[in-house]
Amino acid sequence: MTMPYYVAPEQVMKDRAEYAQKGIARGRAFCATVYDKGILLVAENPSATLHKISEIYDRIAFAGVGKFNEYDQLRVAGVRHADTKGYAYSREDVDARSLANLYAQYLGQVFTHEMKPMEVEILVAELGDGRAGPQLFRIAYEGTITDEVGFAVLGGDADAIRARFANDARADWTLHEALRHAVGALAGPDRTLGAGDLEVAVLSDVGARRTFRRLEDDEVTTLLAD
Amino acid sequence: MGLPLFDATTDPGPDFSALVQRSNIAMPVAGDADLNLAHGTTIVALKFADGVIMAGDRRATAGNVIAHRSIEKVFPADRFSAVAISGSAAIADEMVRLFQVQLEHYEKVEGVALSLEGKANQLAQMVRTNLGMAMQGFVVVPLFCGFDLTKGEGRIFDYDAAGGRYEETDYQTTGSGGTYARTTIRLGYRESMPLDDAIELAILALYEAADADSATGGPDSVRGIYPIVATVTSVGYVQLDDADVAARFDALVERRRVTQGNPEGTLR
Repeated sequence: MTMPYYVAPEQVMKDRAEYAQKGIARGRAFCATVYDKGILLVAENPSATLHKISEIYDRIAFAGVGKFNEYDQLRVAGVRHADTKGYAYSREDVDARSLANLYAQYLGQVFTHEMKPMEVEILVAELGDGRAGPQLFRIAYEGTITDEVGFAVLGGDADAIRARFANDARADWTLHEALRHAVGALAGPDRTLGAGDLEVAVLSDVGARRTFRRLEDDEVTTLLAD
Repeated sequence: MGLPLFDATTDPGPDFSALVQRSNIAMPVAGDADLNLAHGTTIVALKFADGVIMAGDRRATAGNVIAHRSIEKVFPADRFSAVAISGSAAIADEMVRLFQVQLEHYEKVEGVALSLEGKANQLAQMVRTNLGMAMQGFVVVPLFCGFDLTKGEGRIFDYDAAGGRYEETDYQTTGSGGTYARTTIRLGYRESMPLDDAIELAILALYEAADADSATGGPDSVRGIYPIVATVTSVGYVQLDDADVAARFDALVERRRVTQGNPEGTLR
């Protein structure tokens, strides 16, 4: 019988983290920010059908970066969790915090127990209401959960984008200002991104129960132009 | 409640009913058919120039007793469709709730909404699932209508207790007062009616049904309870303003008061 080589737990975790980080860094980035009438979600995504940003529930949105099949599986699980919970209890009992915790626990469990960590980083955003403000929960590949204030950046090159974003970031800006700033931060100094390279959505309260809305290309173009 | 993850071979897909069953959430169970039965209703649906209009009275009865005066029987199924239910109230309510979540669940999981045809078939399946309960007296018969975005027109679907699905060309009614309402609509219906005429015809049909059927509630100006009227067009489901519906009914009642309840040969 052959004995497996001893590998220090520190080394195992380091290798896994490196593996996940590499996978995530290969993908394009995403950012979300609070603006005067809700939450803006912007991803660099040339595909019009394989979404990074999606609706989870009435006031909750989901965004994922990294490996599509892995974060899409988490997205669908989130929709299922929210719909089942809202059906069993009440629609107002569905909240982002508990969903974010479930994601964190699952990602943490996969990171320590499975062969391969998930190469994803996700965001659960919830629109504020009278009682609570807007919430942005970022959950990393190993299950770390962060309650972001004002804005959040996920994905490859996140640190540089975060630094660009933090510069002049405000919470009371209009959709137009927020989108231009977000796209500028995603693109960086050497590139320009058009509507075709972007996936844009908002959580915005306009009186309807469902607050998630995708912005079509022509609307994004108009907002970016003037 | 953990994160509902499934492997590829056992995944329920966008089917919310299947998911609910796995989550062990109680579905309604059959009991004594004579208990708490709320029957009697009038629902009307008719096509007009821009889509469909659906209206329903507000009364729930249990035997010869008025159980509730202000229940709602016309609901938005999703953004582009409406569903109304006549039959056993508890099961009907639950079926509507499940149907609404099912449509939204499908849309979110799949990223695109079901076609109107798909929604109509989905509802037929739900009615069919209820067949066992229907045999015990808990009959639920929905009326479904919506705006077909691919065809650019309103469509109406009618069901029987066994889950049979029948598409109607112009209008349909259901419930204990449905016969009276249908006769009224048949006399006043024209193809591609303007919205205003369609609303007037729908409320007239409900008025006539309430006039003849004891299980259908008429306009209740004392309590300020009026039937629910909704339209589904290319802009989606819109419920008519209460004040608007009230004003139309009050005008109708006033016309009838002058002629001592007699329509005097005109549809008014």
